[in-house]
Amino acid sequence: MPHEPPAVDDVLATVTARFGQLETSVFRGQTSLVVPAAQSFELLEHLKEQGFDLLVDVSCVDYLEYRGAKQRYGLVYLLTSTTTNQRLTVRVFVDDPVSAEEKWPTVRSVVPLWRAADWLEREVWDLFGISFAGHPDLRRLVMPEEFTAHPLRKDYPLQGRGERHNFPVITRDHS
Amino acid sequence: MSIAPAPSYSSTSPADAARSARSEDYLWTLNFGPQHPATHTTLRLVLKLDGERVVDAMPEMGYLHSGFEKLGEHLTFNQYVTVTDRMNYISPMANNVAWHHAVEKLLGIELTPRCRSIRTIIAELARISDHLLSNGAVGLDTGAFTFFLYAFYQREVIYDIFETLCGARFTNSWTRVGGVSHDFTPLVIEKIRTFVKTFPKTLNDMERLLTRNRIFVDRTKRVGVLSKEEAINGGATGPVARASGVTRDLRKDEPYLAYEDFDFQICCASAGDCYARYLVRMAEMRESLKIVTQALENIPAGPVSVGIDQRTALPTKQQVYSTIEGTISHFELSMSNRGFEVPCGESYGATEAPNGELGFYLVGDGSENAYRARCRPPSLLHFALFPQLIRGHTLSDVVAVLGSLNIIAAELDR
Repeated sequence: MPHEPPAVDDVLATVTARFGQLETSVFRGQTSLVVPAAQSFELLEHLKEQGFDLLVDVSCVDYLEYRGAKQRYGLVYLLTSTTTNQRLTVRVFVDDPVSAEEKWPTVRSVVPLWRAADWLEREVWDLFGISFAGHPDLRRLVMPEEFTAHPLRKDYPLQGRGERHNFPVITRDHS
Repeated sequence: MSIAPAPSYSSTSPADAARSARSEDYLWTLNFGPQHPATHTTLRLVLKLDGERVVDAMPEMGYLHSGFEKLGEHLTFNQYVTVTDRMNYISPMANNVAWHHAVEKLLGIELTPRCRSIRTIIAELARISDHLLSNGAVGLDTGAFTFFLYAFYQREVIYDIFETLCGARFTNSWTRVGGVSHDFTPLVIEKIRTFVKTFPKTLNDMERLLTRNRIFVDRTKRVGVLSKEEAINGGATGPVARASGVTRDLRKDEPYLAYEDFDFQICCASAGDCYARYLVRMAEMRESLKIVTQALENIPAGPVSVGIDQRTALPTKQQVYSTIEGTISHFELSMSNRGFEVPCGESYGATEAPNGELGFYLVGDGSENAYRARCRPPSLLHFALFPQLIRGHTLSDVVAVLGSLNIIAAELDR
């Protein structure tokens, strides 16, 4: 029998008491919780206080080609408690901004809560182009600084757009 | 070396700015990597040095841009296992097991007892081989060459077992959805049995060589100390977290495969320094050996892959040629437009890889490849902790800390 993770009903009750009824779903024994982007930081802070002390992962999914998806980007926060081994997935959905002055969808950074989020959020920014407000050092993590695209978005082709051919070549004499 | 007086930041005139820049002139900037024997893999550090003291370190990565998460959206669940070999290439078998563990979780497949058992054995052998390399490399970087050769010889023995099992020493690609590509043969079992018998002697030799070696202990004790709170807050997992006193091991906390059936302990330390990480890895090798010993003598009989009716693993040749279900199933799985059914759902499956929690967040959209295959690499979060661990130590400690964190650059990059 596959192992069933401990139930998270007690935590969900405290979440409902503070944030109202949020959309929850259970798939393969894993509970996930959808929270509006405006409340994401408060919810994650609350969950940290409730004992979810380990931020396992921050990631993102681009739902551009996903059947039935309403919003384009879905951030994934995987939380775990090191004492009770409970697991909880927090989903935050955002869209490309409509106004001209905002260039990227923005979510509040959780670096003040978990230092682990530092590089994970930089990676999401690098590969998906989602900005994190309040991040201390939001630079690209894996792609070079002069790269302009966000390659894990679904509208970016697998073979790239030929950026490699346009990178400046630095010879030994000029380095 | 004279240290300049502290700069005053009260005014911001250009002259003052120039003076404060000059006052930091005594700091050297040293580039370390990306091609350097002691980084082991392709990563780069920019160090700010005050004499030999490291004032600050700026890790840089991205030199092995392999694009494996993008590839995961274009390859089928079985094809992608070849990419996982290349993520943490010092324990490819552990990555194979982790990938298909996550896939089977998404698909809701329950493995046969035999498959669970032999995957456990192989995952533990992979853990031993990984710890041998990472501890051996810490020894090598701090000057213990003999120790490294002892460790590397045993790694070779494990590779020989893997080669006998599936034909590849290094990039094994051994698991399949719902099963494995090659079942254990009597020769494999014989070789593992010999390894289990001979390895403790080497392990004792290794401990005698290094564990109480004055030079090694001086180089690693109280170097790169990571406290328990910092470890949890920084997302550390695996031996790095356990050496800081975090009693977390997915094999016990969320038993997967056949780990529930075996008697073993979680090895922890409380010091959180490089020496503690070395000790934890040494102790974990003994525990892994215990698991392999117990599992090897009780491998359940029966089929290694899930049955034909689940239609995920290829049937055996016997079934293909003698039963109609086998023929149909083989045909359907081989055709590019058939394959198996994938639910529209998202799940996260994690295993305790040698380096820490290696998980895959998979999004299925009904097609035969993942809509998104996010890999949660343990090394990435460990590397992010590096600047804090090295601050205040000397330049020669950089290699000790890097080695004890076991940073694998291929796993860091996307």
